[in-house]
Amino acid sequence: MGVMSKSPWLLHYDASSCNGCDIEVLDCLTPKYDIERFGIINTGDPFQADILLITGGVNSQTEPVVRQLYSQMPEPKVVVAVGICACTGGVFKECYNIRGGIDTVIPVDVYVPGCAARPESIIDGVVKALDILDEKRKLFKAEKKGR
Amino acid sequence: MRIAFVIGYLLLAPFLGALIDGAERVISARMQRRKGPSLLQPFYDLRKLFSKQMIAVNNAQLLLNLSYLVFLVIAGCMLFSGSDILMCLFILSLADMFLVIGASSDSSPYANMGAGREMLQMMAYEPMTLIIAVGFYLASGSFQVADIVHMSVSPVVFMPGMLLGFMFTAAIKFRKSPFDLSTSHHAHQEMVKGITTEMSGTTLGIMNIAEYYEMILILGIFCLFIINENWWSWPIAMIVCLFILFLEILWDNATARLKWQHLLYGCWLVTLLAGGLNLLILMLIK
Repeated sequence: MGVMSKSPWLLHYDASSCNGCDIEVLDCLTPKYDIERFGIINTGDPFQADILLITGGVNSQTEPVVRQLYSQMPEPKVVVAVGICACTGGVFKECYNIRGGIDTVIPVDVYVPGCAARPESIIDGVVKALDILDEKRKLFKAEKKGR
Repeated sequence: MRIAFVIGYLLLAPFLGALIDGAERVISARMQRRKGPSLLQPFYDLRKLFSKQMIAVNNAQLLLNLSYLVFLVIAGCMLFSGSDILMCLFILSLADMFLVIGASSDSSPYANMGAGREMLQMMAYEPMTLIIAVGFYLASGSFQVADIVHMSVSPVVFMPGMLLGFMFTAAIKFRKSPFDLSTSHHAHQEMVKGITTEMSGTTLGIMNIAEYYEMILILGIFCLFIINENWWSWPIAMIVCLFILFLEILWDNATARLKWQHLLYGCWLVTLLAGGLNLLILMLIK
């Protein structure tokens, strides 16, 4: 485990979810799943977050918010799309206001499918994101040295 | 001896503070029947914060946070070198002012609200700290910490009410619930992260280190209540400190955040009843 993956702080945003996945995300904080044992803190602040966890597909109202949250997070950062709506748009895909999955707006690193995504699979997705976070840190460091 | 204490404080306080913070998080988790993070989690957090990209909303914030750290360290050094406790407490409030200015310097409404609440918290705990300084003076005849630790009996014999009052108000300084209005260590709160909203990476790391220095400083003041000229009072003081910390964690887990009115009036009431009465009695008997 590297520098980043031992203390990943998480920002959760609901882009247009039905709240099913959101409740499962909150489940991860409860004593049964306890994601704090990985050092994860659910912070409400993009300035302090390393992982952006988004539920629900992007619609025209949440698109600027998702962009802004992503741009406010300091490098290195990863994005995890939780639930089938966040991955592809899900059952809402053909709706007039839905852009589609999160990857239509910002780059997504990990896709967690499910409707609603189970807490186990959310934790699995976040742990996968930790490896990517460490790789991104190496790239970020190399870039910093090269500059 | 004094120099050894100051150097010890400068070098060890952040490590000790981070360790205590880690232990607090583990104990809190166990109280909630969770496994909790590792004991060394605060060190991992700090290492990560200093390796993140630097996003600054303005040039002043980093400097103001550094001033917060420096003035806290000066206040701590004054206490641990055995000099004036009144001056130490004044510099402690000055350090906090830099944090308030730092939070007000950016445009985030959450940070500005946090700054306002931090000022309210200062108003709530400040009378108690002043009463304590006067209490130590009445008990020992001197404001000098070096004289206070050489009393024949522990100061707590003369000022038990003040110890209780200080335990009550120290929850503000430790940023524990129900007094964590301006910023909180807990996951979610009603105004994002309060004063730390626009702090990221290095700036937040500096703030965390400053909080560790502050925690050790406050624990040092708690020790001052117990320590007397006998050597065995020192280990007792350490044990009392650990017990007080445990009580603060228990309180943190058992209560919900208060409104600012309740915070202010509650703290002043406790200050008046516990601190004020104790002070009155002390003035009459001494």
